[in-house]
Amino acid sequence: MTTEIAPSAPAAPVAASKKARVPGGTARDVRLLSGLGHLALLVWAIVVIAPLLWIVLGSFKTNTEIFLGGAFSLPASISPDTYIQAWNEANVGRYFLNSLLVVSLSTTGTMLFGAMAAYVLARYSFPGNRAIYYMFVSGLAFPVFLALVPLFLVVNNLGLLNTYTGLILVYIAYSLPFTVFFLAAFFKTLPQSVAEAAMLDGASHTRLFFRIMMPMARPALVSITIFNIIGQWNQYLLPVALMQGENADQKWVLTQGIANINTSAGYQAEWGALFAAVTLSVLPMIVVYAFFQRQIQQGLTAGAVK
Amino acid sequence: MRHGKYPFIVGFLAAPVAIYVTFVIAPYAQAFYVAMTSWRGVDANPSFVGLQNFERLLQDDVFWTALRHHGVLLLAMPLITIVLALFFAFMLNVGGGGRGGAMTGVWGSKFYRVVFFFPQILAVVIVAVIFGRVYAPDESGLLNATLGAVGLEPLLFMADPGIALWCVIAVLVWQAVGFYVVLFSAGMASIPKDIYEAATIDGANRVNMFFRVTLPLLWDTLQVAWVYLGIAAFDAFALVWVLSVDRGGPDRATTVLGVEIYRNAFEYSQFGYASAMGVALFFLTITFAALTLRVSRRETIEL
Repeated sequence: MTTEIAPSAPAAPVAASKKARVPGGTARDVRLLSGLGHLALLVWAIVVIAPLLWIVLGSFKTNTEIFLGGAFSLPASISPDTYIQAWNEANVGRYFLNSLLVVSLSTTGTMLFGAMAAYVLARYSFPGNRAIYYMFVSGLAFPVFLALVPLFLVVNNLGLLNTYTGLILVYIAYSLPFTVFFLAAFFKTLPQSVAEAAMLDGASHTRLFFRIMMPMARPALVSITIFNIIGQWNQYLLPVALMQGENADQKWVLTQGIANINTSAGYQAEWGALFAAVTLSVLPMIVVYAFFQRQIQQGLTAGAVK
Repeated sequence: MRHGKYPFIVGFLAAPVAIYVTFVIAPYAQAFYVAMTSWRGVDANPSFVGLQNFERLLQDDVFWTALRHHGVLLLAMPLITIVLALFFAFMLNVGGGGRGGAMTGVWGSKFYRVVFFFPQILAVVIVAVIFGRVYAPDESGLLNATLGAVGLEPLLFMADPGIALWCVIAVLVWQAVGFYVVLFSAGMASIPKDIYEAATIDGANRVNMFFRVTLPLLWDTLQVAWVYLGIAAFDAFALVWVLSVDRGGPDRATTVLGVEIYRNAFEYSQFGYASAMGVALFFLTITFAALTLRVSRRETIEL
């Protein structure tokens, strides 16, 4: 999956092949092209990094500095004021903890229920197995917008509108199709012999699943857990549709909170605090990404590579 | 061995199936019915109106505007993203040329790959807020400050209906490219090295190598990328909702179906009409996916 091409079997000596293959001026063309390629990579790296750095820079500025001091100027002083303002007054702290609560529960639930369903569907034959499997997988083909209104009504009828329980259950439900699809494929590849040996030793089906199959499926579980954490952490449409009503702003998740700070920053012109709020929500992602970038890349591309 | 199999199966499936049917299957099924009612608001009684909502949809200019925007997104966003990602991935994996016979990436490949991928893990909302400031119409914005520094007039970006949609596309591309660089890199890594060696010996330069070796062998991955990006082009809700002026403006210049569905459902309480739009969106997505898989199917090259 990773992308390094290891140096291997030597072919013709480079010098010799170079002389043989490039007649006339093409060598210069190739070098030029490769130079342009390097340049393009560098430019794109700047395009990716610059906005993020610029936001961090802006988070230390006062409003006057932001509007009159020039976009690239350094802040006059480094003070944590904007951050304190963002964390306390703009409630970034609260939104962050709300997101943490919701996503930790919903990802745990997704993995538990997803693994249970995938395991049974992949390794036990019973009438209706295929029907249930395709019911789960069909969810991959539907846009969430199709379900938006009826989903709102269902959650409302259950009395779960504007509750964490409702949001968590909905996150789990909408994460199941991909989780089941991916894990079922993985559980199918686990050897039958281990399962049989365990059963002969008197392990129950449940014990076999938790003690033997789950540990063996670890690599797949890690990938798909990361996929779900990031997907649920970044979700916007579902919370914005389901967390409305009285005092809903107390329960907003981070994405909703930031979107709201963005809107009100426009009226109150508190851009420094907005920049600080954005920095506070990007920073944890950078830290996590720095440590787990291999696993994150694998987790997110898992679906496409399969 | 068989002892207690069925209680176990039922026990393991009950909770996931119950949650899934309640919150996913039931709403999807109901959506088709709600789309044929004139349901307005939670407390109102739905009355069946047949295909009236769909007739109204066909005469709704906003619907057609949104559809046209999806068309532009669908053509531009996957194309730009794939071309950029392919080029970068090629540079990162094969661009370093032959070293000891094996193809290597250019210097710093690892760093570039890590940096390029990062936007992918950011929430679309965060990205939208960041670019809201980057695109600020005065010189407090990053882009206008840059334009000003080289002596150009400031642009209105999101406030200019002529380019607002393209600004949205640029952000989508900005976020997506890294993902496809990693995806294509994985595909390129699985191309056997002897093919490159053979091509090198036959005198292929890097341009030839790209078009004659890498591209054909990457076809399956490209197809996956196209479907993914196409489906993303039918969404774009969060980005447009947060980044654009007046949620889909100015004057609906950036609106997409998701935005209109949300607006009709939760601002105008037109549940029936919003669902009819959802049904239209569903058929568009399905048609796109089916068409892509059909048209782009060709002989896979067996390795």
